[in-house]
Amino acid sequence: MTQHAASSATDNPWIAHPATICSIRPETPGVATYELAFNDPDRQSRYRFLPGQFNMLYLPGFGESAISISSDPEEPSRLLHTVRVAGNVTGALARTHPGETIGVRGPFGSAWPVAEIRNSDVVIACGGIGLAPLRPVIYHLLRRRHEYGRMTLLYGARSPQDLLFADEWNHWRSEGLEMEVTVDRGDADWKGQIGVLPALFSRLDLAPERTTVLTCGPEIMMRFVISEALLRNISARRIYLSMERNMNCAMGFCGRCQLGPAFVCKDGPVFTCEQMQPYLHLEEF
Amino acid sequence: MMTDLTVGSLVEIPKSSLQQVVQILQDLGYRVIGPRVESEAVIYDDLESVQQIPVGVLDHQDGGKYRLQQTDQDAWFDYVCGPHSLKNFLFPPRQTVLESTRQDGVWEMKAPDVEDAPPLAVIGPRSCDLHALRVQDRVFLEGAYVDPSYQARREKLFIAAVNCRRAAATCFCHSMQTGPAVSSGFDLALTELDDRFVIEIGSQRGAEVMGGTDCSTSPPQNVQAARSVSEQLEQSMHDRSQHPPEAATGEPRGRWLDTSGIRDLLMHNLEHARWNEVAERCLACANCTMVCPTCFCSSVEEVADLSGDHVARERSWDSCFTAEHSTMSGGAVHKSTKSRYRQWLTHKLATWHDQFEMSGCVGCGRCITWCPVGIDLTEETAAIRADSTNPSPGQL
Repeated sequence: MTQHAASSATDNPWIAHPATICSIRPETPGVATYELAFNDPDRQSRYRFLPGQFNMLYLPGFGESAISISSDPEEPSRLLHTVRVAGNVTGALARTHPGETIGVRGPFGSAWPVAEIRNSDVVIACGGIGLAPLRPVIYHLLRRRHEYGRMTLLYGARSPQDLLFADEWNHWRSEGLEMEVTVDRGDADWKGQIGVLPALFSRLDLAPERTTVLTCGPEIMMRFVISEALLRNISARRIYLSMERNMNCAMGFCGRCQLGPAFVCKDGPVFTCEQMQPYLHLEEF
Repeated sequence: MMTDLTVGSLVEIPKSSLQQVVQILQDLGYRVIGPRVESEAVIYDDLESVQQIPVGVLDHQDGGKYRLQQTDQDAWFDYVCGPHSLKNFLFPPRQTVLESTRQDGVWEMKAPDVEDAPPLAVIGPRSCDLHALRVQDRVFLEGAYVDPSYQARREKLFIAAVNCRRAAATCFCHSMQTGPAVSSGFDLALTELDDRFVIEIGSQRGAEVMGGTDCSTSPPQNVQAARSVSEQLEQSMHDRSQHPPEAATGEPRGRWLDTSGIRDLLMHNLEHARWNEVAERCLACANCTMVCPTCFCSSVEEVADLSGDHVARERSWDSCFTAEHSTMSGGAVHKSTKSRYRQWLTHKLATWHDQFEMSGCVGCGRCITWCPVGIDLTEETAAIRADSTNPSPGQL
């Protein structure tokens, strides 16, 4: 169900490749999108990734952080990462300026199954920054709108200010993406829905046998999305989720991102619900 | 008589001629590592001559216990495994994986040259250690990514293994099918007899090294004597782990790990009460993971000079018993000692099979010996089996 981009056997996989920050676009409070270009023109022209894959972004002196790629896989020359400040490395990244170099290793990990789910109805359910790793899927699906059935994006964030990529929504809708948006807390201007994301799922009109669910967000949100999806008789094999664990090396060497039999960095981050089901409700697993 | 020096042949040398082997390896440019006593333990370190081998030393190991005893026996290798393993040399506790230099605001990044290190020759690893090497090969060489420094060291490694004549009470290689007899993956395999070493040649390089010594073809009675060393030891390990020894010997009972259906046994008992029970005793000190010859977890930290323009990324051994190991932006996944011990044991004995098609345990018993409170994974696993919520786990 997952695909891996071929990595060259001769490359030392520990080497981060210098890349220049071309632009920084503030998105929401604490979140910005960084456009990167490899300093080596050859690497820049050869670089490809699959939707859902991530890079290790390296800030010398601060360390590496696993960040999913948020841009269109079919426009690999425009490499975007949408990053929320969460720790030391992402904090340092937030203090950089266009023109500075950082290191990039990747791409790593499994991809969303865009080819396998052709012809199915697709429900994308994501929360907060979880939309970033799914934006490449949205681009992919909308480019091939006729190859898929109904396409629905359920998106939730803490507040209206935390909703990502809002300037693209009209375009997505016009291309045939149905969107339902909710926030945990509204404000004076918010006229949309208030409540948790899984509630949107429960109200969805869908055909379970034709539906694939792709979900990414806080683990607790995904657990409830999965419960709703299973309740609606969607097969655990057609529910995909992107897991997060402490990915340090991204190559299965450091052992830190293990989740049961899986290394999240190389066997994931995208898994089927069927793979993760035995472990999702175990505390501290 | 011409000595047969081909792979698979058995030759012998007087014990003192082991120095010739060390000398030849040194002349070939090898850094020779062997057993030495340091801080009251047998460890691996640089061996200038065989004089440094702790002849006559015996080790007494049990849960949380390691003691050496000097005897007057002319026994060169009758201690078994100490806290070190081949891991210390192929996957060193600390190493630089990347070096970055900033010039005019632009970072250049390169990996240190792994070809610089001299090739290693190790005298004395046991069968469990060679199996542990195979386990680490799976991790660092045989997956989607290859660790270049491990690969460079591994390809040049020369192994003169030793067949154990003794087992510690903590040894259970016989139940993991990883020993005691050295069976593969060696250049030379030594069996110590009273006055000589019978040496099986395991590789062309091994044959070349022996060609420079005064070795002779081993006569049939010595070959037979050498073979029976491992057979007798395996039998006695089996007996000792199944039946309590005579009280008179004072030797503790040996260990045994029942591996039947062990993957499913543990994965179907992730909420077994025993995890809480062991967590009451476990100090989460990480000793078991440090001495384990297969544990491979690591972390990388940034080491910068004062200017901040030269930064090294240093990888060091890490452990699933630390909070940092599982910490993400939202906090640690494994907060409790229970969850950390469960992670360690289920990885070692269960999910390792999913990941690498083999067990992560080679039965060396180091984790039992070096646990300050003597927690014994064979006992913990048996306790789960005895009271399994999944009484008939499927086969692996």
